[in-house]
Amino acid sequence: MRIAVCVKHVPEGPSHLDPSTKRLDRSGEGALNHFDANAVEEALRLKGDSDTEVVVVSLGPQKALDSLRKALAMGADRAVLVSDDAAAGSDLVATSRLLAAALEKLDADVVLFGQQASDADGAVLWAAVAERLGRPVVSQAMELAVDGSSVRVKRQTEFGYDTLEAPLPTVVAVSDAINEPRYPSLKGIMGAKKKQQDVFSLDDLGVDAGEAGEAGSRTTVLALGDPPVRADARKIEDDGNAAQAIVDFLAEKRIV
Amino acid sequence: MSTLVFLESHGNELQKGSLGVLAKAASLGDDVAAVIAGEGARALVPEAGTFGAAKIWICEDAEVVQPVPQPRVDVLAQVVEEGGYDTVLFANSVLAADVAAGLAARLDAGLNWDLVDLAVRDGELVGKRPALQDSVYAEVGWHGTPRLALFRAGSFDAAPTGGGEPEIADISPTYAAHSTAVKLVGQDAEESSGPSIEDADVIVAGGRGLGSPDNFTLAEELAKALGGAVGATRAVVDAGWYPYSTQIGQTGKTVSPKLYVALGISGAIQHKVGMQSSGTIVAINKDANAPIFEFSDLGVVGDVHEIVPKLTELVRARKG
Amino acid sequence: MSRASNFPPPFSTRDYVVEPTDPPDERIEVGVLIVGAGPSGLACAIRLGQLLEQHPEMAERFGEVPVAVLEKGKQPGSHLLSGAVMNPRALRRLFGEGFRMDDVPSYGEVPGESVYVLTRRTALPIPPPPPMRNHGNWILSLSQLGRFLAERAEEGGAMILPETAAEKLLVSHGRVVGVRTGDKGRNREGGELGNFEAGSDLTAKVTILAEGTQGHLTAVALDRFSLRGEEPQVWELAVKEVWKVAKPLGRVIHTMGWPLRTGKRFREFGGSFIYPMGKDMVTIGLVVGLDYRDASLSVHDLLQELKTHPKIRRILEGGERVEWGAKTIPSGGFHSLPQELHAPGLLLCGDGVGMVNVPRLKGIHYAIESGRLAAEAAFRAMQRGETPASALASYDDAVRDSFIWRDLYEVRNMRQVFGHGFFVGGALASAMTISKGRVEVGKMSAEPDADQPLLVTNRDASYPTPDGKLTFDKLSSVFASGNKTRDDQPNHIRIERRVPPEVAQLWAHMCPAQVYEIGREESDGTVVVELAPSNCVQCGAITAKGGRLTPPEGGSGPEYTAT
Repeated sequence: MRIAVCVKHVPEGPSHLDPSTKRLDRSGEGALNHFDANAVEEALRLKGDSDTEVVVVSLGPQKALDSLRKALAMGADRAVLVSDDAAAGSDLVATSRLLAAALEKLDADVVLFGQQASDADGAVLWAAVAERLGRPVVSQAMELAVDGSSVRVKRQTEFGYDTLEAPLPTVVAVSDAINEPRYPSLKGIMGAKKKQQDVFSLDDLGVDAGEAGEAGSRTTVLALGDPPVRADARKIEDDGNAAQAIVDFLAEKRIV
Repeated sequence: MSTLVFLESHGNELQKGSLGVLAKAASLGDDVAAVIAGEGARALVPEAGTFGAAKIWICEDAEVVQPVPQPRVDVLAQVVEEGGYDTVLFANSVLAADVAAGLAARLDAGLNWDLVDLAVRDGELVGKRPALQDSVYAEVGWHGTPRLALFRAGSFDAAPTGGGEPEIADISPTYAAHSTAVKLVGQDAEESSGPSIEDADVIVAGGRGLGSPDNFTLAEELAKALGGAVGATRAVVDAGWYPYSTQIGQTGKTVSPKLYVALGISGAIQHKVGMQSSGTIVAINKDANAPIFEFSDLGVVGDVHEIVPKLTELVRARKG
Repeated sequence: MSRASNFPPPFSTRDYVVEPTDPPDERIEVGVLIVGAGPSGLACAIRLGQLLEQHPEMAERFGEVPVAVLEKGKQPGSHLLSGAVMNPRALRRLFGEGFRMDDVPSYGEVPGESVYVLTRRTALPIPPPPPMRNHGNWILSLSQLGRFLAERAEEGGAMILPETAAEKLLVSHGRVVGVRTGDKGRNREGGELGNFEAGSDLTAKVTILAEGTQGHLTAVALDRFSLRGEEPQVWELAVKEVWKVAKPLGRVIHTMGWPLRTGKRFREFGGSFIYPMGKDMVTIGLVVGLDYRDASLSVHDLLQELKTHPKIRRILEGGERVEWGAKTIPSGGFHSLPQELHAPGLLLCGDGVGMVNVPRLKGIHYAIESGRLAAEAAFRAMQRGETPASALASYDDAVRDSFIWRDLYEVRNMRQVFGHGFFVGGALASAMTISKGRVEVGKMSAEPDADQPLLVTNRDASYPTPDGKLTFDKLSSVFASGNKTRDDQPNHIRIERRVPPEVAQLWAHMCPAQVYEIGREESDGTVVVELAPSNCVQCGAITAKGGRLTPPEGGSGPEYTAT
């Protein structure tokens, strides 16, 4: 069996938006998106001691290899990076297109995603990728089992817990409640460099430059600004009636 | 602008969040349409009409009985084509996010998410969203149509506009093979022990100002009265007063409930980044200079031990 | 009055010396093991890479992993902090011909400099005293330099292992054979979490400790092999910030005087630095000797106070703080250096053993040079094969022949004279520098910082209330260091928890990260010290002043980027 895990290399430390490009300043240090570590961990658990292959996939600049290596250090078998200058600034439409192209080549039985990306707070990528791959998708998985030719997922929604089954090949997005990612062992870290790491350009994937990056995107950032000051912020001192004042305030906001 | 709103329904109820988005769309001027997909959709039409939908597309196919996203992508794609909509709006939920993203890929349409507001400026649609742990606000736009927007839960209040009888249209698309592959095999309702911190609409959090671990009952009682969950700061978790699973902050959980009540919490930045995007923040603290008062909507300088029991009683009375 | 040293922490370096315990096939073997990916450790790794390239026949003896560098921070640079104005000579020697300082990330050569003596409202310019002249030196961020050197080291074949703490020294038959790395995934009580990962025995033919200030295993080794110098080591605490500014600062500034007090009984030795970082950033820091006596002294808050000085406020006006950090600097100088810098299987480098020129505020180039010399000695030992002990002695000879030794000897008594107070000390210091160390003031004894008798004043009454724009509280500062340490892990600080109030006050004020708080009072008049260990930025001040910092779980602590 082959499991592909999509991971993202996200900026670390204090984040800044570059005022000229209005995009996240990714020039500093980065790390493996910690939600994606759950997905890598889940893949490794599914693999266990079998000869299932776990491939980690990412779209990003060259230094995204650092995060891919961390996944290799945890125990993934090989890494695929889609990296091309023309891909910078890709939005959901373009990113999902590129990732789907890479995943088509990999032909995995299960494609895993983490809960969200800590930089864009997006929790949407897997559904878009699944649509492009023409595969069933299940998200918010807190328990995942693969048996033979299908997956069984327990997921949490606002209303409770659903148990779903889907035939392979399938796309699953795991929630951060599913597991506690392992620390890479020293041996794992040291062995990671030797594992296969492929870098694909847009050409390698057969994707035209016009379909990637800003050219291939359908959304844009227009302007950046400060968050609004909380309007009508009030501060009062308790003169014995604070409790009532609070209830009145909550009633005003239609919370009680 | 020709707008379609995805109205989410569960167990014969239209979700408030999506009704709020509908009301917002209606306020932008032009006629707004909505789509309801699920068992018993037809019965929900009148309610949707009172929140501002001029036309409602109904799908009651077997394929949309289960609360899964992909068949709804097929429904929406068909509605968008038949109705010629250039804008499709969603209120965030586990289901809606997957539907919106699947539709974006199906139609190669731009999707902006985590929006808290929407406006039309110089004929262009402009969305507003927080970014970087709510430390900046970005204005976002779209290229081409249709334009898809996913709004943060609770962005808009659902207020009936008293609209008239909406036009109804039935829709029954062809479903893609992959859309019908997922099967629901079991369902468990939420445990009655109260919502988890991440899902709670209301969180009552306690800090060192509570004075002692025993005083956490103040937070617990208030949370129960408000139907919410209990949270804690790092300081009290460090001191062993409350479990780590309830810790909110930089090294704990990040939450954004509709209401966050902070009891005896100073508001150091390590805590702030875990809850600053809460809808409404009420803080009670003895120290008038506590930093939390700089970012709460209602700050009360006073003693939690005196205020909270009274508050809990008043809330209980109000809720009946 | 109390002394902090009367309340020693429950800690013994003996507990950190062990034989390898992993089964032999689970031990990880490398050629040369370097602990610390700072300028010293990385220079060492780079030099070894150069030597291995020149001598390919040695590859077999070095093995599959010829050079491994352990780093307890998230990545190289995460725990590096300095001013910094660096003398480029050591980098030139390291990279040899063809090297240009333009190849290194920096903020250019020092454009000019000023020195001021401050009072609360005035700034009296004085000609820069000889030790403080920086012509020909370069301004840079040590954290950035660390990342640059790490890349060069990896290009040369070194394997860098971040998020890995070296917890114990592996000693077998009297020889250092490697280190044992720390466990990961323990909870606060020490139990194992679901993802618990035990540390490993990492063995090597030569182990080189380049841990920086308050190096944990360095202290362990100095005790185990009886290497401590004639004088105890003493430290200064530096707290600094990086700011985006509206107007470029065109020169390097050092200040003395306010907000430090000049009276001898206070023993407040130090000063501030303000360096331009290009046109739109500035770094400002305050350095204070930890032999101060007032329990209410807080270097963090003195830095906040310093920023309110009219001259300094103007520099920062319209700007924004972007980073904060703290670190100790070993300041005992020549007399506090260890007796020897080697032991069987072991070499010691850099700040860990105190190679810092205090009057010039320079240590990076000594760290780099000592790392380079250690690499050469280690390589010679590997060439000779099985008698590394004598081969490693050549490292000591090389250091003694180097500019490290010459420079430190020249300023050998500078630090101690300031124990006599600012004005007397200043005069003596100038005399010593001008005479290149030939003025003998007699060797003055340094006492350990924790031995200083404490006094309590109300110095804290004048610390500014943080306004969140110019001045900040400690918790905001810890946040600005990028510290996101996992909370649910064992407490890594060793400290006596019940102490007299003035000792508790000392620690509470001293710590720039607010790790220590004064808890309840006991019936015997002592108080309980409460800790928030996940605030810790591992500056090392506590070790100087009566407690003990041990390495927490790898990856913990600050994530410096521009310090």
